[in-house]
Amino acid sequence: MTSTNYDPRVLKALHPVPGAPDNWKRFFTFNTDAKVIGIQYIALALFFLLVGGLLAMVMRGELITPPADLVDPTVYNGLYTMHGTVMLFLFLFPILNGFNNLLIPTMIGAPDMAFPKVNAAAFWLVPVFGVVLMASFFVPGGPASSGWWSYPPVSIQNPLGHFINGQFLWILAVALSGVSSIMGAINFVTTIIRMRAPGMGFFRMPVFVWTAWAAQTLQLVGLPALTGGAIMLLFDLSFGTSFFRPEGGGDPVLYQHFFWFYSHPAVYVMVLPVFGIFSELITVYSRKPLFGYKFVALASFVITFLGLIVWVHHMFYSGTPQWMRNIFIVTTMLIAVPTGVKVFAWLGTLWGGKIRLTTPMLFVLGGLVNFILGGITGIMLGTAPVDIHVGNTYFVVAHFHYVIFNTIGFGIFAGIYHWFPKFTGRMYYEGLGKVHFLLTFIGATLNWLPLHWAGLYGMPRRVASYDPEFAIWNVIASIGAFMVGVAAIPFILNIVSSWARGAKAPPNPWNAIGLEWLLPSPPPAENFEDDVPTVISGPYGYGLGQPLVEDEEYYVRRALEA
Amino acid sequence: MTSTAPKPSGGLPVRLLVVVLVAVVLDALASLQIARASLGWLPVPASTAAPYVDGLFQVEVGIGAFIFLGCTGFILWAVIFNRAEKYDESDGLPIEGNPKLEITWTLIPFVLVMVLAYQAIHVSETLAALGPKEKYDLESGSSPTTVERPDVRQSYGPIQVLARQWNWEFVYPNGVRSSELHLPIDQRANFQLSSEDVIHGFYVPAFRLKQDIIPGSVISYSITPTREGRYRLRDSHFSGAYFSQNQTDVVVQSADAFQAWLDQAARSPLVPGLSQATGLYADRLAKGDKGWATVKPAPPPMVNDPGTPDAPHEA
Repeated sequence: MTSTNYDPRVLKALHPVPGAPDNWKRFFTFNTDAKVIGIQYIALALFFLLVGGLLAMVMRGELITPPADLVDPTVYNGLYTMHGTVMLFLFLFPILNGFNNLLIPTMIGAPDMAFPKVNAAAFWLVPVFGVVLMASFFVPGGPASSGWWSYPPVSIQNPLGHFINGQFLWILAVALSGVSSIMGAINFVTTIIRMRAPGMGFFRMPVFVWTAWAAQTLQLVGLPALTGGAIMLLFDLSFGTSFFRPEGGGDPVLYQHFFWFYSHPAVYVMVLPVFGIFSELITVYSRKPLFGYKFVALASFVITFLGLIVWVHHMFYSGTPQWMRNIFIVTTMLIAVPTGVKVFAWLGTLWGGKIRLTTPMLFVLGGLVNFILGGITGIMLGTAPVDIHVGNTYFVVAHFHYVIFNTIGFGIFAGIYHWFPKFTGRMYYEGLGKVHFLLTFIGATLNWLPLHWAGLYGMPRRVASYDPEFAIWNVIASIGAFMVGVAAIPFILNIVSSWARGAKAPPNPWNAIGLEWLLPSPPPAENFEDDVPTVISGPYGYGLGQPLVEDEEYYVRRALEA
Repeated sequence: MTSTAPKPSGGLPVRLLVVVLVAVVLDALASLQIARASLGWLPVPASTAAPYVDGLFQVEVGIGAFIFLGCTGFILWAVIFNRAEKYDESDGLPIEGNPKLEITWTLIPFVLVMVLAYQAIHVSETLAALGPKEKYDLESGSSPTTVERPDVRQSYGPIQVLARQWNWEFVYPNGVRSSELHLPIDQRANFQLSSEDVIHGFYVPAFRLKQDIIPGSVISYSITPTREGRYRLRDSHFSGAYFSQNQTDVVVQSADAFQAWLDQAARSPLVPGLSQATGLYADRLAKGDKGWATVKPAPPPMVNDPGTPDAPHEA
């Protein structure tokens, strides 16, 4: 097979956007190069990580003592709502789309995404709704303060009665975020299905591509439910309808179904690509093939399917009937199986490997240990009787931060370090990276491990003040949170100074297998241009002695000479 | 391409088997200890539901600890013994998988989680039998009068539980109104939960029970307390500005003490009940109404017994 299986016309464009600048200024333009867009996503997301983190620092400052003394309770409620919203919609989704943009085309040998202009438009929606959301801090009455769930009726109370209020802007921002995500999802799925290099069958795709595909499929299926729910909420809030308003005959619990039908799968949208990152990095830094590659790849879609039928476990105490609880206990338990397959496969890959504890590998191993803990507490929350005690307490907060920060966040940091040389053309500083890892791991453990006990003992989540018996767990948690905050300093220092003056990166600094490592660092605008390699073996041939592509020496030499 | 690495087939070496066996035994012993300790992580159990929830929790902690310690131990083992030497650029054993092993580690977790699911459903149905629960939609006109099922256990109620932004009010069958929830021990207390504004959560950690209160419906609900004492009742579902202050106490008493309290309360005049939000909101107004928007707190309910909010609670 020598011909490419995508439209050859896409190769004709010599420059992503003719006349676009080729220096740093391109990051501030409507550039259609997926690699530029990827970096735009990641940089903007990291900025919002700082914003969301700053909100968290104020929250932990408030919670270090039992009474509500640092800020007014209304301010605390706004802070925790915006913390969750910023972290999910402006940090996690955008940064993972950044990875998708950088990695999907380069890993499958495509010159760009299927729809470059849609891709750029999807990115530029992010700063737009970011501004909308940030503007809500300055409207009368302050930002949305009903939690990132925005459950009615509390979310539609609108105390001041203004048409433009924090909740209104929040719904607008979330709806725009949904539009952006759908534009991204269509693009990623099409690119993966239609634009793979010759010879790259589905079972020769790297696991990251599998997980991105599974995750983006979830976006396409789930997002319409959230968007529909959000629009009805907007109508209830602003135009006096009664979809969810009990006094008009509406049902507030209906909203919860709309919300969780998307928002539980949303967790898998975020964690699946991180499973992909784990699979890519554990193989490189153990120098072994991925144990049971096909099982790991297929497990991604089993997670997608099961992820769509577990949402009611968020509503065990909302007045759901017994039969419904029973069904969702079973589906929730089942999702442990494909997840377990992945975890065991990573352990099997480590066994007998040649493990190298670089910064990215440290973040992967730390993230893996955290994920096992977060997965186990997830199982506990899936069993209704235990959930009825610990649901809506700090046990849940601890559980999902173990997944969202201690696993997904760690995977993101690992990915940033691992692919930093590839896409910036510079090496990062290993020492600063290790300081970043140590501070983050110790801080995150101090922050979220003790909060499990606060929750078991009955401390509700979302409180601005609490009974004194919970003080000890909260003091430790706040100290840990401040450590995580301090850990941002070596990270930023590393990224900024490495990019500005780090050592020049070779095409394949980690001696890794993968199409992206056959490209120069950084790759040219159209990746392999009109010389796309033909893939002849699976993605993780460490120790197997087979070349990945035909004429591998030619591509290696070409990347070195570039 | 032939590989120089040793083939994994041909029987596992005895030494490896011994190491694995020792590791599994140590892991099991440690997990057992953790499971034993785990009951101490929960508040005192004070209802008939609590032992069932705690039992399931303990089993899950034991299994969870076994898996966590096993996996983490394995990772540590690999990191210590499978580290590459500084200048070693070679590859590890090129093992691509082992279908038998992969099927095993798919099936074992499958069986394990199905057993857990069965156990969870069983406990869930036991809890439902201990404290039946029905939801009645106010719009459709169905009424919660048929709640009391024939049952050997003595029952009390129904007690109306009214949740507001941000106070609790309990109305007894004889008309007594209270800011604290008094309950007779070992009798099934029947409740009718309703909310006047937003969703609230009826949560008593010592009872291990939690129920969202949905505006627009009445939920009939029951709990059997089994231990005398003063416990915290917390609003568990975010309900707006002063959510964290929307807490009161549950007082579980002997049947006689409960009857004495009820009689005493019936003779007491109505006074403003417990409502921490009222005071905090007044402070906020006095300081110039700074902060972000909030609805006005509902006025304190007029009750016969405003309770003793400063009394120490056990859990």
